[in-house]
Amino acid sequence: MIARRLALLLCLYGLFSVAFLTVNARGNWDFVLWFRGTKLLGISLVAVAIAVATVLFQTLTHNRILTPSLMGFDALYALLQTVLVFTLGGFGFSQLSAQTSFFSSFTIMMVASLLLFGSLLGKSVDGRREDIHRLLLTGIIFGVLFRSFSSFLQRLIDPNDFVVAATSAMASFNSINADLLLVSSLMIAAALVATWRMRFDLDVMALGRDAAVNLGVHYKRQVYAMLVIIAALVSVSTALVGPVAFFGLLVSNLTYQLLPTHRHAILLPAASLLSACVLIGGQVVLEQVLNLSTPLSVIVEFLGGLTFLILILKGRNR
Amino acid sequence: MINIQSVSHSIQGQTILSDISLSLPKGKLSALIGPNGAGKSTLLSLIARLHALQHGVITVDGLDVSKTPSRTLARKLAILSQSNTLASRLTVRDLVSFGRFPHHNGRPGAEDKNKVDEAIAALGLGEIAHRFLDEISGGQRQKAFVAMAYAQDTDYLLLDEPLNNLDMKSARALMQTLHELSEQSGKTIVVVLHEINYAALYADWIVGLRDGKLIANGPTHDILTSETIETIFDFEAEIHQIGDQKLVMHYR
Repeated sequence: MIARRLALLLCLYGLFSVAFLTVNARGNWDFVLWFRGTKLLGISLVAVAIAVATVLFQTLTHNRILTPSLMGFDALYALLQTVLVFTLGGFGFSQLSAQTSFFSSFTIMMVASLLLFGSLLGKSVDGRREDIHRLLLTGIIFGVLFRSFSSFLQRLIDPNDFVVAATSAMASFNSINADLLLVSSLMIAAALVATWRMRFDLDVMALGRDAAVNLGVHYKRQVYAMLVIIAALVSVSTALVGPVAFFGLLVSNLTYQLLPTHRHAILLPAASLLSACVLIGGQVVLEQVLNLSTPLSVIVEFLGGLTFLILILKGRNR
Repeated sequence: MINIQSVSHSIQGQTILSDISLSLPKGKLSALIGPNGAGKSTLLSLIARLHALQHGVITVDGLDVSKTPSRTLARKLAILSQSNTLASRLTVRDLVSFGRFPHHNGRPGAEDKNKVDEAIAALGLGEIAHRFLDEISGGQRQKAFVAMAYAQDTDYLLLDEPLNNLDMKSARALMQTLHELSEQSGKTIVVVLHEINYAALYADWIVGLRDGKLIANGPTHDILTSETIETIFDFEAEIHQIGDQKLVMHYR
């Protein structure tokens, strides 16, 4: 059953990709395929990054309603963009090369997430219990702090710069920067290889710290390895399309429903495929079939938020 | 043999264990007894390297638990902790299979499958092996966790209050299984027990703790005196002799 569903997801992904490349295509095929192909690659990369990061984060925190973005990541990203606009001015900001902007957000996000989650989870690595409530509250408080600080900065800059800051902090699957695709493909590939190599340890770590230590998993080392991988994946996806808060939650929980297994060797590829299917399929339907101009991110966030509420109301926070 | 040398432990300035030195005999069933908060679970967690040692040295079969690689220790010693909460949705068989992880590192073979079957049979879980852990009773779940430790098939087995949530028949069956394991397979078993008469009937060795201090340490027969029981638990208890068996009358 599990193999069949995985195969089905793979077929769906192929189908949506072909549809994405060809539906309503007019004019020069070379151009269309190149143009849509880079977009397809970009969306697929983001989809995989968000799915894997979310599943890893949920395994790490033993909690299925937490995602890296719920812990203040999106707010941090918005803050970073605002600070850049604030210091460089709207014109200076738009003059920045894609790579510079990418690597600066990547480095800062990496350091910040390691500091934030590393200090919180580091305590529970040595200490007695994982304090999930403290982790969550700290994340939320940091989120509020980042958000207030960026709105404070936005009040100080002039209205033209404000527009630049506001657009750069919004998620958009349409304006993926093609210059960044090579760099981000390499980074995501490295992160995926590292994740795949620890897939069996991940299964054990989902049992909780004591059980994992008992079964001989080097828990502390693996926690930090996971944090680095999550930070890399989230940074890449945020740099490519901007913050998407609820998408990871939607995808990971759909995966748990669709494939009731504890094995990460299945969960990780399944979540990645499902995530790519949702994004690409959604984009095709929205752009080509319905001719709507609503950004996909808005609809995805709506569905994701709905999932979050349903999960909370059902009390399935384990 | 488990060797504990001048081990002290404190959490946030509060002393949990102070200067404990003792050795637990190899191939025997030892019981750890004492009132709540005596430090029994902490001592067990320290032996199983679940907490980092603050002072002192613990060796299991000559291996220093704070220096030996975790994977090596996992094939030497298994622990059943007191609170077991799970994030993922697992069947009983899935959980028990995890016990084999230190031996196969994620790629189970035929021998691993046999051991899992054996563990499931030993704990009488055959009929509920396919059920999910969140659908069975607390006692059954407790048995599944014991079966996981059993499947790990280590020379040393540490169990923190394994009789929690078990009915009388299951508790008795579990103690008999543990006794057999030490008697026939020569495994060293350390159990935290609250019902002292299980210790009296099944344990070869008893260690008594109180307020983090070592009060009693010796063969079961020597420890079961009303004076020792009183120093450990702070109440007077009569000791009755039934056949050649000592029992503690602590119910009234």
